[in-house]
Amino acid sequence: MFWNRKMETLKGDELTRLQLKRLSWTIAQASKVPFYRKRLNNAGITPSDVRSIDDIGKLPFTVKGDLREGYPFGFFSVPLNRVIRIHTTSGTTGKPTVVGYTRRDLENWSELIARNMTMIGLKEGDVFQNMVNYGLFTGGLGFHYGAEKIGLTVIPSATGNTKRQIEMINDFGVTSIHCTPSYALHIAEVAEEIGVELPTLKFGIFGAEAWSEAMRRELERRLKLTAFDSYGLSEMYGPGVAFECPEGDGLHIWHDMYLVEIIDPATGERLGEGESGEMVITPLVKEAMPLIRYRTGDITKLMADGCACGRGQKIGRITGRSDDMLVIRGINVFPSQIEHVLRSLPEVGEQFMVYIDRIKYLDEMTIEVEMKKEYFHGELEDLSKIQHRITDALKDVLGLRTNVRLVEPGSLPRFEGKARRVIDRRESKL
Amino acid sequence: MNQIEHYLIKQISIFSENRPGRLAAIAQAMQEERINILAFSIAEADGFGVVRALVDHSERAYHKLTDMGFMVSFTDVIAVRMRDEPGGLYEIARILGDANINIEYAYAYTGKDAAVLILRVNNARDAIATLLKRNVTLMESSFFK
Repeated sequence: MFWNRKMETLKGDELTRLQLKRLSWTIAQASKVPFYRKRLNNAGITPSDVRSIDDIGKLPFTVKGDLREGYPFGFFSVPLNRVIRIHTTSGTTGKPTVVGYTRRDLENWSELIARNMTMIGLKEGDVFQNMVNYGLFTGGLGFHYGAEKIGLTVIPSATGNTKRQIEMINDFGVTSIHCTPSYALHIAEVAEEIGVELPTLKFGIFGAEAWSEAMRRELERRLKLTAFDSYGLSEMYGPGVAFECPEGDGLHIWHDMYLVEIIDPATGERLGEGESGEMVITPLVKEAMPLIRYRTGDITKLMADGCACGRGQKIGRITGRSDDMLVIRGINVFPSQIEHVLRSLPEVGEQFMVYIDRIKYLDEMTIEVEMKKEYFHGELEDLSKIQHRITDALKDVLGLRTNVRLVEPGSLPRFEGKARRVIDRRESKL
Repeated sequence: MNQIEHYLIKQISIFSENRPGRLAAIAQAMQEERINILAFSIAEADGFGVVRALVDHSERAYHKLTDMGFMVSFTDVIAVRMRDEPGGLYEIARILGDANINIEYAYAYTGKDAAVLILRVNNARDAIATLLKRNVTLMESSFFK
């Protein structure tokens, strides 16, 4: 099934012409942002220098750190009164990355979600339970409006209270769910524990974390549904950028809205079809916040054309990150954020370690910190207070509950050279 | 007033992770320094604890443990001689309660000579004065040296 057959199956010159037209528009739109004006000037590039899609290689990359420099609204190319929604995502240090949407952006985004959901077979009459965070995280509202657009019956259940989630799936006859793959496994486990089956489920949309084929088999077996991989990032609206079709072999990246390149993360060189590297995306229709050659940090590859479903460009499933970003229960965490929080607390010493485990299918982050000796007055209560203060400060910045452990001074490893402060003990990070 | 100071006893409080071998490390250090532990207790929270001890050479214990990297601190406590019979603890707790002095934590030992209650209270000097006035026997700090 198609939501927008013409756009989804656009090919050849017709597609290239549309992409080039939109790329020129994007460069012009980006030129309204001082950051890009300066970048393009320094590189000696004017919009007219981009005559073919391949010319995009002349343009400089944009990295997440650039967006941080622009905090909060430095990357908006329209006046704030035209921005009708703001979302944020974790930045590499204390400050989040802010993304903004015009009305047209929100329409484009809903269109993407509508295409994705229609592509896998969802239609009016299906009941959809959206089990992700509904706040600043783009996954909640993004899917919500797309699902409403195609007329699904939407349950904005958000996260938490797993037993209640299970009850709703059964009581409301839910046919489709959206959540992180690890939360889906948690649901399966709790349902098994309380001896409840979920016979109405048919479609599972899983995203915000990279996940493996083994995970897919596990999810499909235990929840008795078909699992689909959903890819997106806040900088590109949110979820919906690329999505698996029923062929189950790669994700279609919507070619009329995104130009995708794969580069060698070390050299920045463009790689060919089938070669694994970092994905770089240039959005073609983003109005409030146009971006040029944005380095996603996600590792994937371009796949050969010719999907049986008739749609265009596909990318492989994400296999990792080119930077040190961690995904914990679907939330992006940079070790630098943790460091930033700890450094701001006077009681905390210089050393810390971060451990990530998967306990009962859910990610758990444990942070070991040493306390400064001068803050120890012999009272247990003071220590507990410090422990809570650290936990709260991390929660504020990361949006994540962590286990903070106070350890004896001098007990954490000291690093000469590059510190390895993060130990990911999850069996499969995917 | 000076007399009150005699009854202030320096407890050493040691931060320790709650994992096997930590108490052994502390105890071994005390043995090496020929320091006698007269009373001790462990208070534990989420993943860590505080080992509290009365020792006969608190300064030496402090330096030894600090040199080993432990976080150590002195805390003023008082040591009350209890009647080693039913009602002994009640008597002490009641006197302090009536005087509105809060016991933050306590541990006890039954020594050779008497049952002794070690108390950490919110106001040690008031507690000492109150207990002395009520003819309760307190151990002087010199007793622990």
